[in-house]
Amino acid sequence: MSVTTEGRAGATATGTISGSGRGRRRAWQRPTTLLLGYGVLLVFSVVYVYPFLIQLATSFKTDVDAVGNPLSLWPDPVSFAAFERLGEVAFPLWAMNSTIVAVLVTAGRVFFNSLAGYALARLKFKGRDAVFTAVLAVLAVPGVILLIPKFLVLNQLGMYNSYSALVVPLLVDAAGVFIMKQFFESIPVSVEEAARIDGASTFRIFWSVVLPMAKPALITVTILSFQGSWNELPHFIVASNEPALYTLTKGVANLTSGQLGSGQQYPVTMAAALLMTIPVAVVFIVFQRYFVRGGTAGAEKG
Amino acid sequence: MAHDLQDRADAQVEDRPPGREGTRRRRGIRGGQGVAGWLFVAPTVAVLGLFLFVPIVMALWVSLSDWTGRGSPFSGDVGFVGFENYARILTEPGLTRSDFWTSIRNNVYYVLLVVPAQTVLALFLATVLNNQLLKAKGFFRTAFYFPSVTSSVAISLTFLFLFTGTGAVNTFLAFFGVDGPTWFSDSRGLLHLLGDGIGLWDTGSPPEALTGPSALGLSLWEWLAGPSVALSVIIILVVWTTTGTFLLMFLAALQDVPVEVEEAAVVDGANRWQRFRAVTLPHLRPTVLLVLTLGLIGTWQVFDQIYVMTDGGPAKTTLTPAFLSYFYAFESFEWGVAAAMSFVLFAIIFVLTTLQRFLFRDKDAAAERKAQRRQRGRGARGHRPGQAQAWGVQHSNTATSETGGGTE
Repeated sequence: MSVTTEGRAGATATGTISGSGRGRRRAWQRPTTLLLGYGVLLVFSVVYVYPFLIQLATSFKTDVDAVGNPLSLWPDPVSFAAFERLGEVAFPLWAMNSTIVAVLVTAGRVFFNSLAGYALARLKFKGRDAVFTAVLAVLAVPGVILLIPKFLVLNQLGMYNSYSALVVPLLVDAAGVFIMKQFFESIPVSVEEAARIDGASTFRIFWSVVLPMAKPALITVTILSFQGSWNELPHFIVASNEPALYTLTKGVANLTSGQLGSGQQYPVTMAAALLMTIPVAVVFIVFQRYFVRGGTAGAEKG
Repeated sequence: MAHDLQDRADAQVEDRPPGREGTRRRRGIRGGQGVAGWLFVAPTVAVLGLFLFVPIVMALWVSLSDWTGRGSPFSGDVGFVGFENYARILTEPGLTRSDFWTSIRNNVYYVLLVVPAQTVLALFLATVLNNQLLKAKGFFRTAFYFPSVTSSVAISLTFLFLFTGTGAVNTFLAFFGVDGPTWFSDSRGLLHLLGDGIGLWDTGSPPEALTGPSALGLSLWEWLAGPSVALSVIIILVVWTTTGTFLLMFLAALQDVPVEVEEAAVVDGANRWQRFRAVTLPHLRPTVLLVLTLGLIGTWQVFDQIYVMTDGGPAKTTLTPAFLSYFYAFESFEWGVAAAMSFVLFAIIFVLTTLQRFLFRDKDAAAERKAQRRQRGRGARGHRPGQAQAWGVQHSNTATSETGGGTE
């Protein structure tokens, strides 16, 4: 087996010869281990990637083909009917709503989170610790129990069924404030002190001196905000019931029960799923590093 | 942005050097930080206060009232009913109580399967991925992590298609001569099927001893059903979706395992499993606890998948407290009961996570301190155990789900 020898050669090239005199390599550098590892990873990556491939292929299938050959990755014949039908069910409107909401929420979060994060990290004011404790408390509240409370307050404020109901409650998120605060704490104070002695105002220091240094954290918050608001479902369910205000998540979730019925029209739902995945996929592939950082850092156990 | 200008103006006004009228003691060049600080946190405090704290107080009132969803819950004709709504969920015999306890039963089975499965799978894949000689690490990491960042709605729809009666999964099973079930319309419990399989009982005519005694509106037989076939699809979906996030956490922790200790164990002749048990696992302990805690918080909030895929069916076997509370409020207009349900759910999550934290408190704190030291050593790229957000777990919002969920 050529793979084995290749593995062996590779292992020898980098293998460390331990002092035991028997030329014993670390166990995880043995070629058999490596092969086994590849085997496991390949099997699992098929399990992880195949559903997305099926989603992609089914989008271009006819209804009959989708039901008849569910495993095949080759549409026969290739059909664009599913995408045409999405145009008939207000899909473009949902996409527009989702885009507007995601852009506004992302802009708001980046700005407000970094303002608050900076104040909590650097500015001394009465009640700072109380505000920070409150932010931590928010982190500890399970989001799903807020469905009814959110509706109550939106209703009370007369915001229910308006654009503002979709956007405003999402404009700040505690996790983002936290990520920003942590980052600002890692920037040396001396930079700000110099600007302060030159007579710059607090906002000026924040805007022109500190923010440009916080690029990595800002990108992390941007990505997490975009992904979070683009994929959000429960909030949009309780914020409005107006079809004109449907976002992609809500509109597409209702596809199965709504206008198309739960019939055999799988290509349509797969095309919808595919299209709503694309923006996040692009952002993910370009900024993967930051995703990883956002997922594992900027964290706290309250 | 108006705010922006406002802040700028205010900040400048504030930062003038104090004149003689300045009776407050200011600390030299740091003058005016008090006001600036409050201005900076004002938007955050306003949004979080208005859409988190205030609504929770409102919902608490609704859960103690007989509000029907018409008009304002604070108008004069809404009455205070004390713990009536809570009693209807928890103790008073009736449909509401049996619905609620059915949803709790489902969610308990769901948690018992999802949390260990996602933890073990993530740890296993991370251990395999941690091989230094492995090529294409980036590809595998991306493949496993990608489902965590995609929309729960898109994934739910895809799984609906994969698991139809004649779908991809059953076609695949047919290769091996296995006749797959019609997943989403199959309400049979796995434990019932298992017992039937090994000859403990016959699901067609369950034993008297189990159907007789009942608690909280469900018979012992119903309590012992296990997750239904339909719920197990959602379990598979969620494990598949969440593994990637936890895998990254384990991977980060694995990279900190000291090589010298590993090598010492090799020299001492420990085999691979012994090394994993004695060296790797103790080191990963804080991460394992973190993953278990996040898993516990996330799995009690499962909502999106139920909303998209099953609406609680078949035969109420995929009802969860989160979905039930939504359903009672927005479909049956029993707001008081629905609000009470979400507070009971909150209590469950709170008690479980507090318990978990209490059990492992000291070691956690030590690990946290160690991680902080490491982080200071490595600057902003440092990794701390902790949580960014329930992703929708998932999702946003889920886990934050997200928020919260997840991300789920």
